[in-house]
Amino acid sequence: MKFYFALLLMGLLTQNFVLAKFLGICPFLGVSKKLDTSAGMSAAVVLVMVLATAVTWPINEFLLEKYDLAYLQTIVFILVIAALVQLIEIVMKKYLKPLYKALGIYLPLITTNCAVLGVVILNVDNGYNYPQSLVNSFAAGLGFGLAMIMFAGVRGRIEHNDIPKFLEGLPITLIAAALVSLSFLGFTGIIEGMGLM
Amino acid sequence: MNPVLLAVLLVGGIGVAAGLLLAVASKVFAVPVNEKEEGVNEILPGANCGGCGYSGCSGYAAALASGEVTDCSKCVAGGDETAQALGEYLGLAAGSVEKSCAVVFCQGTPENSAPKMEYRGDMTCASAMKLYGGAKTCAYSCVGYGDCVKACPFDAISIVNTVAVVDKNKCRACGRCAAACPKRIIDLVPVSQTGALVMCKNSDKGAAAKKACVTACIGCGKCMKVCEANAITVKNFLASVDRTKCTGCGKCAEACPDHCIIMR
Repeated sequence: MKFYFALLLMGLLTQNFVLAKFLGICPFLGVSKKLDTSAGMSAAVVLVMVLATAVTWPINEFLLEKYDLAYLQTIVFILVIAALVQLIEIVMKKYLKPLYKALGIYLPLITTNCAVLGVVILNVDNGYNYPQSLVNSFAAGLGFGLAMIMFAGVRGRIEHNDIPKFLEGLPITLIAAALVSLSFLGFTGIIEGMGLM
Repeated sequence: MNPVLLAVLLVGGIGVAAGLLLAVASKVFAVPVNEKEEGVNEILPGANCGGCGYSGCSGYAAALASGEVTDCSKCVAGGDETAQALGEYLGLAAGSVEKSCAVVFCQGTPENSAPKMEYRGDMTCASAMKLYGGAKTCAYSCVGYGDCVKACPFDAISIVNTVAVVDKNKCRACGRCAAACPKRIIDLVPVSQTGALVMCKNSDKGAAAKKACVTACIGCGKCMKVCEANAITVKNFLASVDRTKCTGCGKCAEACPDHCIIMR
């Protein structure tokens, strides 16, 4: 139980995918302009991360590892995730129309999101078992959401400020992202400090 | 087995399996697309202005195609032509579109309403409004930083001498500007009804309104007295014209001491 809690804390704070591991920066900068779009993107990422882990972990364990083909992880995982996202989209369109409309373009966009690929590969690299992998993916998704939603607030403030001309747009956004990331350094050591690991 | 062959077979196998799965899923979970909806969508102008009251053209198209709505004259951007095309396509009575135009109820140019400060913030009406209601003396005046200009999908609004002006020929009365205006001084006025318009939204007492702007409505009631059609009422020190009663005689505009009534 303690370990799962540690995984959650790590995904949210110390090993935050966006702010500490710098994965998934493209959607982080691209769709964090407004709170509602960033919330939609985050929800889609949580969903896809967990489902992708649920599918790729057994593939890795029972196909790749068994036949010494671990070097194929990246390409196989990309293939599986892309197909999975398409499948989710088709099923969702049929049975969960409101959710499909709410997630909209973000769902197909996630196919090429490196954070999703990152989390499934890290699960394998860290040697997590099946439930641990699922919890870790969920935590990573939540961490992504936390970073997105926080940063949407930051960007809202930036927009209503007098920014020097040469910093307008992406430059000031990147600087702000760096500062937010820096602030997350403050969480370093809490896992060890709480005796969770 | 040869490791290379195994790898090729595995990746190929997963690819084929995923492809088959998707092919089957797309058949099993296929969502019937309403052909009518697509047809309607093509007729609609595609401006997504929201003037019909739906989230966009596709929203209105879905409502029309499903038979939920039978009124095909809701598209203000397309006007009569679109209504007729829709009526023909769907076999409904076309009806006519009440053509309206947005009007900015303000004449607060710097000559009329002097600036009370030098504003150096974010140049949007919404931000300026938060700082003592904008730079002009009159708290009801057009801020003039163009939130409505940005909101207009038809490029119909321009800022002339710090007051927003709507181009009647371009305006399609979707109402986005009215929603974007933080002062709520833009209204949609039907084009078919000609008559008097009170170009002011200042509901302060006469003396205060007069100090704020030379052309403010001070609520003196002179227009009300001269109006033979009883079309004018004064409420909260602000005259308003009932355009269904207005005959367009123009006497109120002559009588108004502040020249804040115009005829059109």
